[in-house]
This record gives sequence, C-alpha cells and structure tokens, in this order.
Amino acid sequence: MTMLEIKNLHVRIEEEGTEIINGLNLSVKAGEVAAIMGPNGSGKSTLSYALAGRDGYEVTEGEVLFKGENILEMEPEERAASGVFLAFQYPVEIPGVATINFLKAAMNSQRKARGEAEFTTPEFIRTVKEAAGSLNISMEMLKRPLNVGFSGGEKKRAEILQMALLQPQLCVMDETDSGLDIDALKIVADGVNALRSPDRAFVVITHYQRLLQHIVPDSVHVLYDGKIIRSGDKDLALHLEEFGYADIIADAA
Amino acid sequence: MMLKKIENMTQAEDAMLAASTTLGSDKERAAAADTLRAHGLPTRRIEAWHYTDLRNQLKAFPENTQSASKKQAEEWLAKCSEFLPAFRLAFLNGAYVEGPAEVLPAGLTLQTGMSNGGYRDATDAVALINTMLAADGVNISIDADAAISEPVELLHGVIGDSASACRHSIALGAGASANFIERHISENGQSAFSNTVTELSLEKGANARWIIVQEEGEQTNHLGQLNVTLGQDAQLEILVMNAGGQLVRREINVVVNGSNSDLSIRGVNLIGDGSHIDVTTSLFHEAPDTISNEIFRNVATGNGKGVFQGEIRVAKDAQKTDARMACNTLLLSDEAEYSAKPELEIFADDVQCAHGATVTDILDDHLFYLRARGLSERDARALLVKAFVEEVFDEVEEDDLRDNLNARIENWLDNHG
Repeated sequence: MTMLEIKNLHVRIEEEGTEIINGLNLSVKAGEVAAIMGPNGSGKSTLSYALAGRDGYEVTEGEVLFKGENILEMEPEERAASGVFLAFQYPVEIPGVATINFLKAAMNSQRKARGEAEFTTPEFIRTVKEAAGSLNISMEMLKRPLNVGFSGGEKKRAEILQMALLQPQLCVMDETDSGLDIDALKIVADGVNALRSPDRAFVVITHYQRLLQHIVPDSVHVLYDGKIIRSGDKDLALHLEEFGYADIIADAA
Repeated sequence: MMLKKIENMTQAEDAMLAASTTLGSDKERAAAADTLRAHGLPTRRIEAWHYTDLRNQLKAFPENTQSASKKQAEEWLAKCSEFLPAFRLAFLNGAYVEGPAEVLPAGLTLQTGMSNGGYRDATDAVALINTMLAADGVNISIDADAAISEPVELLHGVIGDSASACRHSIALGAGASANFIERHISENGQSAFSNTVTELSLEKGANARWIIVQEEGEQTNHLGQLNVTLGQDAQLEILVMNAGGQLVRREINVVVNGSNSDLSIRGVNLIGDGSHIDVTTSLFHEAPDTISNEIFRNVATGNGKGVFQGEIRVAKDAQKTDARMACNTLLLSDEAEYSAKPELEIFADDVQCAHGATVTDILDDHLFYLRARGLSERDARALLVKAFVEEVFDEVEEDDLRDNLNARIENWLDNHG
C-alpha cells in the first residue's frame, strides 16, 4: 500500500515569494523508510513544513496524498490526528508548559479528533512511563517545561517519545541527527527502529549519511533545487558520503 | 487660607465631594475635599498619571451610594464564594459586615472602624479620595512572634450602583508571621466604585504574604493602594491578580527600611475588552543588603489597555541592594495596548538593579509546534497564554493557593478567549 504520494509538488515561502519546492515527486510505501538527502538550501525543511501544513508555506501546484487522501487542505492538527508526524529539526522551547501536560494534551486532542475515548490519567501515566523508559527519559525530565533547558539529545529524545506515544503512520523526520553526539544518535535511532513496522512509513530527511548507518533506509532520494534528482537504495547514501553531491547534480543538469 | 478652585468639576469630582460631605466634616476629610476642589483629579500632565488620565478616564462616580441593610449584607455574605479557608473580615459598600462569630486567631487583635486618613499631596489621588470617602476599615495587630496559620481575608464588595472606600492598618510585630488575602468583588452591570488604602508594617524578622485578588465587574472603577514598611530581616511576598474592573489603578508602595529584608512582588493582570488596568509600584530601598524581586505578566484582549510603572529608588546608604523587576505582556488583539515604564534612581554605588519589559504576541513557532502535535489552534493558544501567565505563580509553594490562582486565570481566559 502506498502511504505517501507526492505529485509534482510546488511550494512557495510566502514571506520570501520564492519557490523552494519545484515539481517534487515521491512515493513511499507502508513499511518503507525513505531517506531524503540533499545539500543545504535544497528544500529539505520546506518539504517537511509543507507536509505538516505550516502557515506561510504555500502549495502552488501538485498534490500530497496520504493513504490516498489529499491532505493539502487540512490544518496541521487535522494532519496530526490523521497520522502525520513531523519530528522537528529544532524542537521549540515552550516555557510554562510542563512536558507531561503537553503530552497528555497532544494525545487526547488526537484521540478526540478521531472520535476515540480520551486517556484517563492512570492509563496515560502508564503509557508514558513505558515509552519514556526505553528512551532513557526520566519522569523528572517530563515535569520540566517542554524542551526548556533540554540538551540537544534530550530534545530529540523527547521528539521520539512523542512519536512513540502518538503512534503516527507517517513520520517525517527533519534532520533529526543535527546537534546529536554519537551516543544520543544511537538512542534516537534505536527509538526509531523500534517503531518501524509494516503499517508505518518514515521520511528521514538528513544532510549526512551517518544517521543512515543506524536507521537503514529502504530507499534514498537526492533532493536538489526543490526536486528529487536521483533515487536509489541505501548504497546511494554511501556514494554521496564518499563523493558528495557534485556528480549527481552535474548529471541532472 | 483660601484655596483656588477648579472651574469646571467633572461629574466624578462633584459626586465624590458630595459623598464626602454626607460623611461628615471632620478636619481631615474636609481638608482632603478642599484639596480636590483646588486641584481636581490628576490628569496626564502629572507624571505619575501620564498613562492613566484619571480626571478624564474616570467617567462616572455613583451619586447615590446606599448603605446595605443588615439583611442585604447577610445575603451578600452568604453567597460570596470562598477564596481559601480564611478568617474573614467583610466590607460591603464600605462598611464592615458583622459575620458569623469566629474565634480570633491567638496573637491577633483587631478593631474595626475609622482610622486616620492621609495622603501625600493632590497627586496622591488614591489616598486623597480615600481620605475623603473612607468611613470604615480594620486595624489589626499581630503580637511579636505570633504565627497566625489561618489566612486573614479582607473581603470588599459593592452591591448596586454604589461606592465603597475602606482604610485598613495592619502591623506585624517582631518575628510574627501571617498571610492576608485582600479581595475585591462586584458584578458586571453595576456602575460601582471601589477604593481601599492599606498600611502594612512588618517589624524585625516578621514574615507575611499579602494576596490581592481583584475580580470586579466590568463597570466597576477601582483605586487601591498598599503602603508597606519593611523592617530588618523581614520577608514579604505580595501576589497580585487583577482580573476585572473597568478603570483600575493598583498602587503598591514599599519602603524597605531594614537591612537583610526580602521583598517579592508577583502579579498577573488580565485585561479584557473595555478594561484599563494600571499597576504602579514604588520600592524605596533605604537600608543595606536588601532584596526585591518584582515580576508582572499581563494579557490584554479586545481593546484592553494596561500600564505598569515600576519605580525603584536605592538610597545612598542602601549598599548591596539587589533589585530586579520584569514586566512581560502578551497582546492578544491588534487593539490591545500596554505601556511599561521602569524608573530607576540609584544613589548607592554597589548595587545590582535589573529591569526588563517585553510586549509580544504568541509566537508562530510555538503555535505551529503544538498544532503539529494535534492541538487545535484555539487549544494551542489557550495553553500558551495560560503557561505565560501561570509561570508567575510557579514558585508559590502551597498547592492549594497556586491551584486556586491558576483556576481563576483559566476561568478568565475561558471567558475572554
């Protein structure tokens, strides 16, 4: 089953007026981990924001089908409730909102939107404790305000925890490896790998190959100038690591 | 001496003078009335009133204040909600209401009735009006080393289109400790006026918390003043919540005149459409080695307007003063306004003083993050606003007090979201 189908997508950043995604096509099947690699400025973050529905990222042409349904008219919260999850490159710090309260609000908002019963507090705490334990996240940390004062590793672990709790079907990971040391990278990758399943797809956006040593992709796509210019298997990532983007970009030109 | 007179008094000034006359002609009251006749209420030309033009913004003053009957007072008192379990002293339309007989906490003595008025000069309008109009109040003294565990609540209410003015005086002896709740309530639709002046003194080593909760109706004008003197080693925490009223001026004046004292002021101003809430504080550090920490968080919606004036004066002898002041505002609409004026006068050379004021909107980054996790835009905004204001009370240790204040904030936000 195709989980995500992006057809001829064009995205403009309203504030700058420039088109960043420029006729992008991509198909990701359920169970697949698709890596998107690209040099700086190729449109990686724009793609992730457009998928999540951020204001200011205007789709001027094309379609994004998630489980066969066009999601472009949906609000960010509707996309989230239907199963789209964006792991942020820079998770924002929100003072005054305890992480644990935020998690509960997020989980129950999504359950409510899907017409499911909201979690009771004991159910919720049990679920969180289980998921947090395997990511090395203490309940103490979850009492702190969301991401405030978290180290780079803690922030990314908190993102993965949210992913584990919200159980999305499409996980878009925007440069999850940025700002991580090797130990933190390993914990994050283990968390992601534990969530791999036949009915879930991942779009892993990254600059470097090193994340893909830990999260081994089924497909690798090179994003350049707002388009996918080359697709291949995991060996493509190794090629990029060794030779850089120059020859592939030259071939595409 | 003949005082000059203002030519055209406003309705509010005329009505205040008339109300003052009906209360009697004792010397102090009459002198205050003469001062008002001579100068009028302060306008924006007076620096302390630059952002709150009292003369022009105080559009109405009740002309027919009724004193509540015993039955009305009993009914009113019976339906007043509890803030926290407390030893309650209630004042309705400016008069003490005899409550159910309660045993006085040990170490506390009190006397209700009129105490001396007083005001600095014509620009000290809150106290001037109070001197003209107050006819009741309470004097409380707390014995040295007495620890009063039950909070003492001063509940002020108005029924009908009436005015209320009270003057209180509270003194904590050396080493005493006590908590106070100063509450102000009225209903929407009442064209009411409420005014209190409270003198609070803490002797050496005394420890107190003073909570001001103002939840008056949308057509109630409120002028309140708290004057504090803080002795050596004394600790005072002032918590302020303004969540109502039309034209509101809340003044807090603290003279820190004992060394090693510690003052904290934390407040929330929730400013709805049609509301103008002014918090004006002045802290005079007169003794060495003292700490003051002041933070206000404000939310303004509709065409709500807010003002914060924070004066800190550090005297030449007040070395090692550590004074911090912050005022942060969230504007939730394009018509809302906030003005913040910090004013630091430092005459000592070895001090730390910091002040900061911010006025912001909800950040798009925050909003998107929460929505991307499934919260609706409305829920996400509500969560962010709540977090912004509730942070002020994070450090309140007692869960019941903190939860109570936060519940009031949530209730206000639900009604004004």
